[in-house]
Amino acid sequence: MLVYIVRRILIAIPVLFAASLFVFLMADTTGDPLLELQLAQPPVSEEVIAAEAERLYLDRSVPERYWLWVTGIGGNGDIGLLQGEWGPSVRSASYDIGAEIGSRLWVTLRLVTASLFLSIGFGILTGVISALRQYSKLDYGLTFIGFTLLAMPSFWVAALLREAGVWINQQRDGPNIFWTISASSPDTRNFSNWELFTDAAGHLILPTLALFLAGYAALSRYQRASMLEVMNSDYVRLAKAKGLRHGTVVRRHALRTALIPVTTLSLLLIAGTIDGAVLVETVFQWQGLGTFLVESIQRRDSYAVMGFLMLSGILVIIANLIADILYGVLDPRIRYE
Amino acid sequence: MSEIDATRPAEPPGASGQPDAEAITTEERGQFKTVVVRFLRHRLAMISLFVFLLILAFAFLGPLVWPYDHTIQRDVPASISPTWEHPFGTTSAGNDVFAQVMRGTQQSLKVAFTVAAIATTIGAIYGAVAGYFGGRVDDILMRIVDVILVIPLLVLVAAIAGATRGGTSWYTIALIIGFFGWTSLSRLVRSVVLSLREQEFVEAARAMGASDIRIIFAHLLPNTAGVIIVAATLLIATTILAEAGLSFLGLGIQAPDTSLGLLIENARSAPFTRPWLFYPPGFFIIAIALTVNFIGDGLRDALDPRQTLVRR
Repeated sequence: MLVYIVRRILIAIPVLFAASLFVFLMADTTGDPLLELQLAQPPVSEEVIAAEAERLYLDRSVPERYWLWVTGIGGNGDIGLLQGEWGPSVRSASYDIGAEIGSRLWVTLRLVTASLFLSIGFGILTGVISALRQYSKLDYGLTFIGFTLLAMPSFWVAALLREAGVWINQQRDGPNIFWTISASSPDTRNFSNWELFTDAAGHLILPTLALFLAGYAALSRYQRASMLEVMNSDYVRLAKAKGLRHGTVVRRHALRTALIPVTTLSLLLIAGTIDGAVLVETVFQWQGLGTFLVESIQRRDSYAVMGFLMLSGILVIIANLIADILYGVLDPRIRYE
Repeated sequence: MSEIDATRPAEPPGASGQPDAEAITTEERGQFKTVVVRFLRHRLAMISLFVFLLILAFAFLGPLVWPYDHTIQRDVPASISPTWEHPFGTTSAGNDVFAQVMRGTQQSLKVAFTVAAIATTIGAIYGAVAGYFGGRVDDILMRIVDVILVIPLLVLVAAIAGATRGGTSWYTIALIIGFFGWTSLSRLVRSVVLSLREQEFVEAARAMGASDIRIIFAHLLPNTAGVIIVAATLLIATTILAEAGLSFLGLGIQAPDTSLGLLIENARSAPFTRPWLFYPPGFFIIAIALTVNFIGDGLRDALDPRQTLVRR
């Protein structure tokens, strides 16, 4: 098992490096961080622009800059992913992209993990139920809901849920029921750990609900198809024929096999959830990575954009790694030698 | 089967030189015709196709007859609730929302169709080349796809679209999404080509001296048409959602032009105060994505050779 895991990790490393090159080229060649300065009114002197270009390493060639961005060798100590530095920001010399990403990462990560676990849990559950009760009213209902959710834009659902929360809060005289803005209360200085937890959890409710629906719909439809195929297979028929109880057949024999194809959906699922998180955070005005990305794009802060893209790439690769390992656990045909 | 055959006039006996008995009972039906008949019998897909055509007419013909366009107009009163004159009300700046939704749907559909065309072309050729040559070529091409897939699509497209100089119009958006949206389709085509290339007709073509390019374009790609058509259809639904998300973030189509995502962005605090601004663009996105998904499902069933002619 350990060998299998190590081999998977070794495969992930070149992908990570290729992704870094891809991300760098995409962000570096499309944005022009100096545009704001060049268009500034009144005009900024040439020397200032040249100094800014030097600070942002824009006086170097593209391959040199990539080398700098990854290793940081030959830079001013503020660049180099391998040294834990994310590069200088357009915003100001003192703006630390790494610190900003670090503080926002946990905010986004709890939203993404909460909705991922919810969509996986509910997706598998209703997918299996749908398959076991094929062509029943329940199956049709769940399928209909799944199709509708797949067609709904997550930001539209998010805006609707948020305004519904606001509306419900306004209908009551007492304290608010729903938190509809930001990831935590503005002033948490006097909070105990428990209060901090409940505060964060309370703020999570509506955004998580908005975010998990799309992933849930895709997963449950996939799980239904996969479960149906397994339930109609010969070995399940054999298990039934030798007189095992229905519940045992489903739990011990069918479910395990039916989960295997679903693990291959993980890559799309996590990437879709990160996409959705950017939109949902914008609606609920969270100070998370999603809004950080949007701000960075608008400011043409290319190192910040690269940082975000790289980070989401790393998240996707890690999630994929976990799915690969689960795949190894689930599929008895995979040998670990 | 018999139901259809019975409605057709039997060929005059002996006209085709066939034995009479066979001429009455069987009529050769081409592959295309079979697919069309199967699709016509898929009830949900037919309803969806009808609704989708209505939406198309609304988006592309509607602006020709509707008296207002999506821009701010002097004779449009500001901030009114729906009337016969303005079915979806008007904005506080004085836009007719009905015209805006028409224009938005049109722009979103244009983006979706363009993306589907670009991504299908790139993805099909890329996947076919990878699958046909196999070995080292396949390895390298598919690793590239893996790397692109690792970065979430909307985020990637947002980073590039946001940095485009001089703002973004619908075709810039379409080009950018299309340029990165082909990866899953290429994987699909590759997997089909992998099994096709082992078949006798490819071997025969090769034996007759057909070039690699000819085998790929004349023999392999036509045989993956079914998979490609379905994937292209579903791509339209994905693109509608992606484009709307992009415009919602303010990184897609920009004012004074409009798109469904931008309309939702403008009305996002309005669902309970001025619902006529918030719901229509959302419903159009849902309607397009839903009908396109159903049409795709119907096409998949119709193109699947294992399917029978049962009405569903």
